[in-house]
Amino acid sequence: MRPLLIRKSPVDSPSAANGATFSWEQIRRELGLSADGPINIAQLAVDRHALSAIADKTAFRFLGADGNTRNLSYRELASLTDRFGNALKSLDVQKGERVFVLCGRICELYVAVLGALKIGAVVSPLFQSFGPEPIRGRIAQAAGKVLVTTASAYQRKVAPLRAELPTLRHVLLVDDLGSGAIADTVDLHALLRAAPDTPALVTTRAEDPALLHFTSGTTGQPKGALHVHGAVLTHYTTARSALDLRPDDAFWCTADPGWVTGTSYGIIAPLVLGVTSIVDEADFDPLRWIDILETQQVNVWYTAPTAIRLLMKAGLELFAGHHFPDLRFIASVGEALNPEAVCWGQEAFGHPIHDNWWQSETGGIMIANTAAQDIKPGSMGRPLPGITAHVVRHQEGEPVTLIAPPDTVGELALEAGWPSMFRGYLDQPARYRECFAGNLYLTGDLVRRDADGYFWFVGRSDDVIKSSGHLIGSFEVESVLMEHPTVAEAGVIGKPDALAGELIKAFVVLKHDIVPSEDLRLELMAHARRRLGAAVAPKEIAFTPSLPHTRSGKIMRRLLKARELGLPEGDSSTLA
Amino acid sequence: MSQQQEHIRAEVLAIVKRLAPEIDLAKIIADKPLRTQIDLDSMDWLNVLATIHEKLGVDIPETDYGKVQTLDSIVIYLTGKMPAAGQE
Repeated sequence: MRPLLIRKSPVDSPSAANGATFSWEQIRRELGLSADGPINIAQLAVDRHALSAIADKTAFRFLGADGNTRNLSYRELASLTDRFGNALKSLDVQKGERVFVLCGRICELYVAVLGALKIGAVVSPLFQSFGPEPIRGRIAQAAGKVLVTTASAYQRKVAPLRAELPTLRHVLLVDDLGSGAIADTVDLHALLRAAPDTPALVTTRAEDPALLHFTSGTTGQPKGALHVHGAVLTHYTTARSALDLRPDDAFWCTADPGWVTGTSYGIIAPLVLGVTSIVDEADFDPLRWIDILETQQVNVWYTAPTAIRLLMKAGLELFAGHHFPDLRFIASVGEALNPEAVCWGQEAFGHPIHDNWWQSETGGIMIANTAAQDIKPGSMGRPLPGITAHVVRHQEGEPVTLIAPPDTVGELALEAGWPSMFRGYLDQPARYRECFAGNLYLTGDLVRRDADGYFWFVGRSDDVIKSSGHLIGSFEVESVLMEHPTVAEAGVIGKPDALAGELIKAFVVLKHDIVPSEDLRLELMAHARRRLGAAVAPKEIAFTPSLPHTRSGKIMRRLLKARELGLPEGDSSTLA
Repeated sequence: MSQQQEHIRAEVLAIVKRLAPEIDLAKIIADKPLRTQIDLDSMDWLNVLATIHEKLGVDIPETDYGKVQTLDSIVIYLTGKMPAAGQE
């Protein structure tokens, strides 16, 4: 039978540190920072080590899809990021201006992100599977000045809409097609060769913006959550407290930098600690992943529920003959990890999987199952040192109040003020204000807290969809479907799925003179996939004569979902 | 290419086209990994494999994912597994 508690023996781990003695001031001192002095993420992640005893240690090990491996030391990374920073300066990129990256997990992406951070530019990573519309919308909203991408992605997704992006002055290309010069773009490698590798660092302070992570709400366009250089304090401390990461570790974060986990923990956190980070360019493949864990001697592995469930599906036979003596700690994030998966980790790897919780707005891990504390499978764990979490009652038109009794469902709220808290939604101050009640940040996630202080995810308070760990806004998908000349209206829901958590399903109402057909369904699917990309486009499209609406005219997505699941419609208020 | 291989190839392309109807089949390069040419996420890819199982009766286990990266390699793999293999 599945255990309700996985006991941990006392360990000598940074995560065992007593939260009572924790202070952000202490963390600042550990990193050699003063309260009001300069602070720059890339300086702490790269330059600091390049001038230290670990300068020649491997910072990144890139595992190419073609089987090649490339090691990049801290010294080499410092030099390349200086070159990139100087190249941006030569293009007149100023502090605070926005630099977008859109590519697979290749070396150039990491160099671009860190090099741009060095000169105080604001970096916004885009997911490589985004189609043209999510790319256009995000770059336009943030007035992106530079885009770093590959020739193939540019040709397919950006070139056709370049004219709609007047702020985009420079497109820097990795020539993955070998096709040579492309109009209105610059060859990234030539640019890097021409740039000096003299220090590019521009002075930044704790409150200077550094990163822009787009996230989705139920209504309206995606929101750009803005983070500052001071966030690095959270990255640094949570890598130790939540991931048990130590300086001599080999670390593998499987998340793509197009999402916040892949930036905070796939780029920044491990470098700040001075560890060696494994980066795999290839897509998920069970055997390849097992091989990487084994042969790269991964000590700490940070992955996601969908990948874990796909590995579970493949069966334990897959692990026969493989050994993981180096593996010490496994963590998961993206959505609540089911208890079976937590325990499966013990069978497959000899370690349970530690679920943790955070979101784009929090910038780093907030609540976690740590190395030192007993695991309650299915729980997200307890708040990390420096983080105070509450369960609150949050009803429209009523004041937000704390819920004291255990095991009562309410909204998860965090006391504001941790370093990686987002500082705004780009150009949407009202939406930012709505996230706060007094000094509490309201997360939008419904939880309960048990008597031992463990938090349990219950659902979302809104209708955002979580597919393969990624938030997807219904509105963005509906808008694209409604661009099609045959569509009168569209309603999009997350349909529960054993592997992905939720899959995107669209209900489409056709204009009155249009007859539904399989060909039309495929045409709409093609349209949505072309515009949105595979990660955001619906996996299912169904025609329906009408959609349910509230009196004010909003689509009742919860009712659509209840119908889809065959639930009594009156119970839809409890649906998450 | 044998008749059977032609048949398998057409079936596989039809399956991919159904899941990703935006693609231009004529542009697929048969010896390059499919997923670098077509925008298929992990769920789409699993769907492709599940549909191959359903339509062609061949189950591709996780251990063989490395053998089914390109259109050519999928066809070769399936040819070796199909009941009619070796009759031509």
